[in-house]
Amino acid sequence: MTQTTMNLALLSLGVCGILVALTILGEVLRARLPAGQANPVLDTYQTRVQSWWTIVALVAIALMAGQFGAVLLSFFASFAALREFLTLTTKARADHLSLALAFFAVLPLQYLFVWMGWHGMFTVFIPVYAFLVLPVVSALRGQPARFLIRVAETQWALMICVFCLSHVPALLSLDIAQMGDSNVLLIAFLILVVQFGDLLEYWFGRRIGKHRIAPELSPKTREGMIAGLLSAAAIGAALHWITPFGVLGAAGMAAAASLFGMMGHLVFAAIKRDRGVQDWSHLIPGQGGVLNQLDSVLFAAPVFYHLTRYIWAT
Amino acid sequence: MKSILSLARSFAANIAGHALRLFALFVTAARADWRGVGPEPVQRVYYANHTSNGDLPMIWAVLPAALRRQTRPVAAADYWLKNRLRAFCGRDVFRGVLIDRRPEVNDNPMDKILAALDEGSSLIIFPEGKRNMTDDPLLPFKSGLYNIAKARPDVDLVPTWVANLNTIMPKGEVIPLPLICTVTFGAPVHVAEDETREVFLARAAHALADLRPEDPA
Repeated sequence: MTQTTMNLALLSLGVCGILVALTILGEVLRARLPAGQANPVLDTYQTRVQSWWTIVALVAIALMAGQFGAVLLSFFASFAALREFLTLTTKARADHLSLALAFFAVLPLQYLFVWMGWHGMFTVFIPVYAFLVLPVVSALRGQPARFLIRVAETQWALMICVFCLSHVPALLSLDIAQMGDSNVLLIAFLILVVQFGDLLEYWFGRRIGKHRIAPELSPKTREGMIAGLLSAAAIGAALHWITPFGVLGAAGMAAAASLFGMMGHLVFAAIKRDRGVQDWSHLIPGQGGVLNQLDSVLFAAPVFYHLTRYIWAT
Repeated sequence: MKSILSLARSFAANIAGHALRLFALFVTAARADWRGVGPEPVQRVYYANHTSNGDLPMIWAVLPAALRRQTRPVAAADYWLKNRLRAFCGRDVFRGVLIDRRPEVNDNPMDKILAALDEGSSLIIFPEGKRNMTDDPLLPFKSGLYNIAKARPDVDLVPTWVANLNTIMPKGEVIPLPLICTVTFGAPVHVAEDETREVFLARAAHALADLRPEDPA
């Protein structure tokens, strides 16, 4: 077993330990419930914990399988996310071919470029080539009604669901002196700090939150966010041993990733509010769609990737 | 010999049905929303909107196995018997009640439909009669639904709205888009004793159109 696999196994064990505690908590609460009494909050909590087990298992297996596993898992997550997003965007008959290209050409090609580690291509493929070509394909089939809205929403979907998410496995293509082949740990670092930042932001927000930052969109509060960011930084610092960042650097990177993650959550809340939906789909029991789960990681990934690249990669 | 062949055929149909169902679920993440009824194995006529050839496989895919086994679609023979592959799907996989729509053939479609109901099968029907290519949510219903309701008043007529399929697989397109498809089952309707054909069909159409999700755009 290599050092990297060892560290991954250690991280997985740590996360499993937390999940075991959460599962036991759920069962204890369930046992204390008077017989025959329903408790929807507890039901949701337990379904969520179960879904978390599945997600953690999938991510752990993918990361242990190395680059191929990480690219493959992100590819399927992007597919599911794009499917959820494009279900709610403005479309016309004339867009059929360009939407089919988005799913069956742009998405696989982007992940092929990421798999090849072709930085010069995967960072411009969607913002430049897909951006220019897909509207042409739509335009060639006529139907000017709401054209700009249609192409803009399709491009946004590709940027967020494919381009942003592909920066997670792209971390593996970075050449970092002290890391060798253990870049996969950076993915674990990113996901852990963003997700725990979110959870703790929510938890603190419920307890000490007073001033809402965008009352029309989300229950997020200033107090909750600051507490969440500090927690993310602390978790980052505690995990510095799997990164090349050093203790302070790891805290800073965790805070930056978590900040963008929370902002991403806010942006997605605005989109959902506008489209009148609570959840993007029903794919993950108890948590809605893949996008409900990934929104913060999507925003954090490109920023985390570029900061790492500018400061630590050679 | 013949029974071995028919056994092999029904086995192949079973496999093909599962493959088709998994494909439909993978591509569209199709989901049933049991809004007005539950997924109980009682005899029903699911009447649905029709915008795409994918409608039937989609409803079929979201039904739980126990309900799927007892449910047969009413479909056009000229479409489903066009070639051997379609005939295999129409007859063996979906076990369709196939109706000949050609005007020169007097097929007595109601006899076949009532016979299937009397065998205990549930049915899937598309009361618009053909695919809806207009911007209206529904075309005017044909009389079939009323005739069924009159002939077998105890059977629940369940409005079934298939959302998004006209975007996933519009007429004339070859590649289906993998968007999310939701099949919504509403509260059953029955014909009232003194209700006329027009009034009943309008009411049934209204119950179906009510299940339509709001246009997101």
